[in-house]
Amino acid sequence: MTNEFRYLPDTEQDIAEMMKTLEIDSIEELFQDIPEPIRLKEEFTLPDALSETALTTHMRQLATENVNTDDASIFLGAGTYDHYIPSVVDHVISRSEFYTAYTPYQPEVSQGELQAIFEFQTMITELTGMEAANSSLYDGFTSLGEAASLAVTTTKRSKIAVSKGIHPQGREILKAISTGREFELVELSLTADITDLSHLKETIDEHTAAVVVQYPNFLGSVEDLKAIKEITAAQKALLIVMANPLALGLLEAPGKLGADIVVGDMQPLGLSMSAGGPHCGYFTVNKKHMRKIPGRIIGQTTDKEGKRGFVMTLQTREQHIRREKATSNMSSNQALNALASAVCMAALGKEGIQEIARLNVDKADYLANQLKNKGVPIYNQAPFFNEFVVRLNRPVSEINTSLLDKGIIGGYDLEPEYGIKNAMLLCVTDQRTKEEIDNLVSALEEFIHE
Amino acid sequence: MNNYTDILFEISRSGRTAYSLPKRDVPTISLEEKFSKVHLREEAAKLPEISELQLMRHYTALSNKNFGIENGFYPLGSCTMKYNPKINEDVARYRGFTNIHPLQTTRTLQGALRLMYELQEDLKVVSGMDAISLQPAAGAQGEWAGLMIIKAYHEKNEDLKTRRKILVPDSAHGTNPASAVIAGFDVVEIPSNEDGTVDLAALKQAVGEDTAGLMLTNPNTLGIFEKDILEMADIIHGVGGLLYYDGANLNAIMGITTPGAMGFDIVHLNLHKSFSTPHGGGGPGSGPVGVKAYLEPYLPIPRIEKTGNGFELNSNYPLSIGRVKGYFGNFGVNVRAYTYIRTMGARGLRKASESAVLHANYLRKRLEPYYDSPYKQVSKHEFVLSGNRQKKLGVRTVDIAKRLLDFGYYAPTIYFPLIVEECLMIEPTETESKETLDEFADAMIQIAKEVEDTPELVTGAPHHTSVKRLDEVTAARKPIVRFE
Repeated sequence: MTNEFRYLPDTEQDIAEMMKTLEIDSIEELFQDIPEPIRLKEEFTLPDALSETALTTHMRQLATENVNTDDASIFLGAGTYDHYIPSVVDHVISRSEFYTAYTPYQPEVSQGELQAIFEFQTMITELTGMEAANSSLYDGFTSLGEAASLAVTTTKRSKIAVSKGIHPQGREILKAISTGREFELVELSLTADITDLSHLKETIDEHTAAVVVQYPNFLGSVEDLKAIKEITAAQKALLIVMANPLALGLLEAPGKLGADIVVGDMQPLGLSMSAGGPHCGYFTVNKKHMRKIPGRIIGQTTDKEGKRGFVMTLQTREQHIRREKATSNMSSNQALNALASAVCMAALGKEGIQEIARLNVDKADYLANQLKNKGVPIYNQAPFFNEFVVRLNRPVSEINTSLLDKGIIGGYDLEPEYGIKNAMLLCVTDQRTKEEIDNLVSALEEFIHE
Repeated sequence: MNNYTDILFEISRSGRTAYSLPKRDVPTISLEEKFSKVHLREEAAKLPEISELQLMRHYTALSNKNFGIENGFYPLGSCTMKYNPKINEDVARYRGFTNIHPLQTTRTLQGALRLMYELQEDLKVVSGMDAISLQPAAGAQGEWAGLMIIKAYHEKNEDLKTRRKILVPDSAHGTNPASAVIAGFDVVEIPSNEDGTVDLAALKQAVGEDTAGLMLTNPNTLGIFEKDILEMADIIHGVGGLLYYDGANLNAIMGITTPGAMGFDIVHLNLHKSFSTPHGGGGPGSGPVGVKAYLEPYLPIPRIEKTGNGFELNSNYPLSIGRVKGYFGNFGVNVRAYTYIRTMGARGLRKASESAVLHANYLRKRLEPYYDSPYKQVSKHEFVLSGNRQKKLGVRTVDIAKRLLDFGYYAPTIYFPLIVEECLMIEPTETESKETLDEFADAMIQIAKEVEDTPELVTGAPHHTSVKRLDEVTAARKPIVRFE
């Protein structure tokens, strides 16, 4: 009889031979150690197995039930962005030598990935202006949580001051992590669209381990890191910056402005939105904090013949060696996505990263100007990158329903979390054309304040 | 190709590009004017400048120095390196899955929500749990989420102040104690007995009113089924603790038993292990967390729910531990796991586990004459050997692992679990053929003979890889973590 499962190679003869070697008469004998009362009496109740053809049809159907960026012009950002992804990215990460490998425990046969991640670490530290990076963490929010934890451990202080300009989900995750690690969170309010410096000054003290800000922040505005650093440093607290790596093509590297830890998500550089994951957190620090970084770090070394090679290094920080004394429980990372981002950064190169950042600024500015000309108030007072806030005359959810009928995915509804009435966070990436932007402006006309 | 040693920055030449940005169709604004209040970069980031073909050659050359499942047998214990089906990769790339934004309205994400909901339903069946959240991105995050549920549960019962201890067997994965600590618990290690299972007497002694819970992998990391599991569950529940299941080794028991049937309250599953999603060189993975009904209010939010009007998100769970990961978790990974479950069906999953266990026992039987085999009972999906016999001849387990690379195999997990000296932990998985198992056994047997006859051949290995053994000590002492 032929095997109905194409991933399972055992023939009846193979099974018979293996059972003979094991001196057993049935496969059941291999499971005699599982107590009778807990053995299942019946097969799992699952949908029937599908052929490849039927499965493809089914999956296409599910995919069609979503509205994707081919079906509508998307002006929604808020932490996840529709950017240009060079075609080479998917070709590289589709090589099975990369995507089917495990964590490079045997470096002699994992040099390809190790070198690629070493290059990733170099490129992301170039962008952030820091000295060391890890190989990636689950996402930007996880990196943020780990950064806060590192600050608490290093400074032996118990309070983390978090700007309200941090992505709401980032703040939610910080809350969960602080409940686990048992440190305190305090919120820093905003003056309109950026972190309120006088509130910052009043709030932080000698118990503050770190100040956490986003760059550009959730409302799209660019924080004045230099001013924030001055206030933070006066209390000897660390400055943690969650930065959009694509914006760093243009904005000054946080490391140059005094950041102690710079984290964020690589999604804008080479990763599809994929309903929010898998994306890829990055984590960069100066050498001073290098030995406390969570997760895997790739280092350069030589083999016994003196040839350059790469290994996972500083592993004595890690859970598989230190167990309960580890600095973090991080085990797996997002290596394949770090590779994708590395390919994207290499494809863009020194010029491309500036050009794509520039394009985002110009397109967002164009939309803002068009709306301003129609009388729409722009909420942002500080300079913004590729996102900004507008106030309209109806609830955002209502407007988005109307926009969707016109083939537009509208912006993010800020009202629930920020209490700004009828406020929509709009995003314009390099992928939106002038025509799409003009269409959005026309579609919004009926929602403009009189 | 193994001679390629260039780093991206070494092949970079000013003026080369490998990108094609959309044409500018809006005015160019003055950056100095717009950003006058903040800071623009003084110095451009030094990203490499290369052409598109150079880029592809570079990464192709790197890939040729990397070993994946399709290059050969990958018997890495506790990692379940089974085949990563191609159809999974195809469907995960449908634009209806990749080009959707997580904050779109639920009305525009019905396919994604349906897929996740159905996957949760499937995982409920496979784990014997009553509710699942797909949010955790990997096993360690699933563990942490589970521990936070334990914490929230005890807090609700107003005895968190006294319940500070998480019990973890000495054979557990390193993430278990680490996750417990970052969830704010103290870790108590429970010794294993000589059978390789949890020492019940020691467990009884360790439990008490300060017990928050027990974390257990079953079968454990020695590949042995903890046959006293029901009694252990009684002991833990008897003192008011919760039982946590580390799903790393689920590939041994699919369709045969479930963590739910064993008495576990909380489970995490590694979809990148049992459910065939690729490991990606270390990630992304997916580590859903599941619970029994009475713990459902504590699961991460938002939850995906089925209503008369399609699928919706619900965050109205005041007891929830909150959010552990952005958005819905690693959706793209979950698409692959869903595809795998639809391919295999109930019977396929069971057959996978049966074959995985058959393969492990067969391979162990073939190797037992040549290597020390510390545990005698039947294995589940993996088994451990000890290199003690070879160590006496001056060859360490790490040498045996390196020598295997010369034969075209990846190495087993080594020096783990910590309770076995010179440990080799081997997990063959169900997707390998008998011929592969036999060839691997022949190679291991040959290495055992080399240890006796020509030990320097083994201690000097690997001989045929792109680099020889690497100096990890200097790498850690004088770290170079970026190109200078």
